[in-house]
Amino acid sequence: MSLKLASRLLLTFFVSLFYTSSYAQLKDELGAIHGNFQIDAANYQRDTIIGADPGKEVFRYNAFGNINYQKGGFSAGVRFESYNPPLLGYLPGYRGSGVPYRFARYQHKDIDITVGNFYEQFGSGITLRAYENRGLLYDNALDGMRVIFTPKKGIAIKGLVGKQRTYFSLSPGIVRGIDAEINIMELFDSILGKSKTKVIIGGSYVSKYQQDQNPTLVLPENVATGAGRFTVLRGGFNFNAEYAYKANDPSYQNKYSYKDGHAIIASTSYGMDGFSIMLSGKMLDNMSFRSDRDAQNTIAMINYQPDFSKFHTYSLMAYYPYATQPNGEVGGTGEIQYKFKKGTLLGGKYGMDITINGSAYYALDTTGIAPINDTLNNYKYSTNYGSIGNEYYHDFNIEITKKLSKKLKFTLMYANQFLNQSIVQFNTPDKEEHPDITSHIGVLDVIWRYKTGSAIRIETQGFFGEYDYKEHAIDANGKKNITSNTGSWLSGLIEWTPNTHWSITVADQYNFINPDDTKKIHYYFGMIGYTNGPTRVSVSYGRQRQGIFCAGGVCRFVPASSGLSISISSSF
Amino acid sequence: MKKLLILSSAIILSLSAFTTSDGDKIPSANVKKLDGSATNSNTFKNDGKPMIISFWATWCKPCKKELDAINEEYAELVKETGVKLIAISIDDARSSGKVVTDVKVKGWTYEVYIDENQDFKRAMNVNNVPHTFLVNGDGEIVWSHNSYAEGDEEKLFENVRKLAKGEKLAH
Repeated sequence: MSLKLASRLLLTFFVSLFYTSSYAQLKDELGAIHGNFQIDAANYQRDTIIGADPGKEVFRYNAFGNINYQKGGFSAGVRFESYNPPLLGYLPGYRGSGVPYRFARYQHKDIDITVGNFYEQFGSGITLRAYENRGLLYDNALDGMRVIFTPKKGIAIKGLVGKQRTYFSLSPGIVRGIDAEINIMELFDSILGKSKTKVIIGGSYVSKYQQDQNPTLVLPENVATGAGRFTVLRGGFNFNAEYAYKANDPSYQNKYSYKDGHAIIASTSYGMDGFSIMLSGKMLDNMSFRSDRDAQNTIAMINYQPDFSKFHTYSLMAYYPYATQPNGEVGGTGEIQYKFKKGTLLGGKYGMDITINGSAYYALDTTGIAPINDTLNNYKYSTNYGSIGNEYYHDFNIEITKKLSKKLKFTLMYANQFLNQSIVQFNTPDKEEHPDITSHIGVLDVIWRYKTGSAIRIETQGFFGEYDYKEHAIDANGKKNITSNTGSWLSGLIEWTPNTHWSITVADQYNFINPDDTKKIHYYFGMIGYTNGPTRVSVSYGRQRQGIFCAGGVCRFVPASSGLSISISSSF
Repeated sequence: MKKLLILSSAIILSLSAFTTSDGDKIPSANVKKLDGSATNSNTFKNDGKPMIISFWATWCKPCKKELDAINEEYAELVKETGVKLIAISIDDARSSGKVVTDVKVKGWTYEVYIDENQDFKRAMNVNNVPHTFLVNGDGEIVWSHNSYAEGDEEKLFENVRKLAKGEKLAH
């Protein structure tokens, strides 16, 4: 076939494809390609006042792009990622560019097969949860294969094998898991289909294999964990509980302890129009489970130990957040929401919302029972489940939201927080360097919608820390050193949204009470944001306080920084 | 040479149909109903009327502000256009227990699903919440918007009304 003929045939093919089939049909035949992109870049500068030193690599960025293809039950996708180097505060192991995520998946009737990378969760995630949080740069995607089989309505069985992502490579251990969930009412639809009560039961089993290369200890190479769960729902009532057991799993995280692990997680809630109540509790004992026993930070975590404490959005309330203690803890969170109806005394013309939330978490009460450096019993301890240990964290807060008129609305919030900072954030008993933080925090947030599509928001916050400091002897340079907790802070923010595309924000945080005068610093910040459909661009300049940022029980330490940042995200 | 040009432009035209963001069907992904039963996003239907698909989370303030703002006009909008709002919560185990209570206490009458494994979020290429999509009467995604600023719902209502009349949308 000559080139001329071939091109003529191809031309006929594409022209006929384009003109004879309707637009929609054509798309159905070819499938759809979609994707999203995000770039966060910063140019840091040295700022000796706040102790920000970016080193020599002053320009840093995190970038990714997903491209997905879908046609009927078939889908495939890739994600490109690039960090040269990553932004400050992210694990430095993320350096370079690559394609750490790619998959092919086919779903047809009762079967769903994935080969390549995938995310999965069994129950509450206490035995297995592979997930991503791009903002925290947390990604423990599995690379292997997964089959989901639904033989009958109401039954779902999942099986998977894979290795976990660690930066741009994989962790050494192999993860294997199976999960089954039965929805009783759906399964026995003919008898129970009309029942208002719904019951769902499930069970999972996950094991990992990693070779023992430890020169002194005899380590288990296969470690298993199993869990059973139960959910009951009726109208606005919901109860669910899960119990998990883990065989002994010596790891860097638990100081190579040979103790086994237990977890109980339970949650109940009731909601109706204008009122709700929720209670969640948990006891976690040595449940850290990783596909690399020597891994640290957030690397190679197979399971997820949930944190129920309130996820604060106001900066000074979120400044000393809690994170689930991987080696063990006990505690709970409760919340009541109430809506004062329109036309009542407190509700006024537009109603008023009130939320009361409280959390308290404690150490387990444990006693060591075995000698350290015993090759089979290293660091074993027993847990006294009847009592609790030291307090890790508490947070009691109340939030009131009220609309005063069509244009004016405010939120008033108060919180009392305590954080055992040395243990929770720095894993050291050194209270002198990292004293406990007890604080009273207040927030007033006012929104004025001065015309349709235009608004001004003013946020004022105060953080009043209980004072604790120590003056040290004058050092060789004649400088008087003070170690102290954070003192007290004030924060103000003005956000102007002139129309639905633009927003302009200016903010300042000031450490107005601190025993160390050099720490009475202003952390100013300004940002311009532009949104158009799925695209968002923002440019900001200012100082970032050193701190810990957490989401979903995973935290990252962010050093103080100063500079210019740009963020672009879009999808198509 | 001329033929090559025609050929390449034909290919580009065909490919543009392939990659256009407007008019694709809702991708298929597993999600959970509030009663805990499993379902798939390909079951989202509204009898030839438009749909709003809104991604949110119980910890996301702007998301809840947006859904509250829509709620104030929702009953009227449904009457006028037959629109249905599907709210997709991306809450994980930390807060998925709060989804039902938040929906109840706020008195939202939306169709709510939980996307705990974020399969649907990935299939819809959502980076951050809130992210809102509009689906026309033929079940095609024709508009999307990321983030929420006070008053954004006005634009959404305007677009829903246009869709209900069978008009095309411009971004």
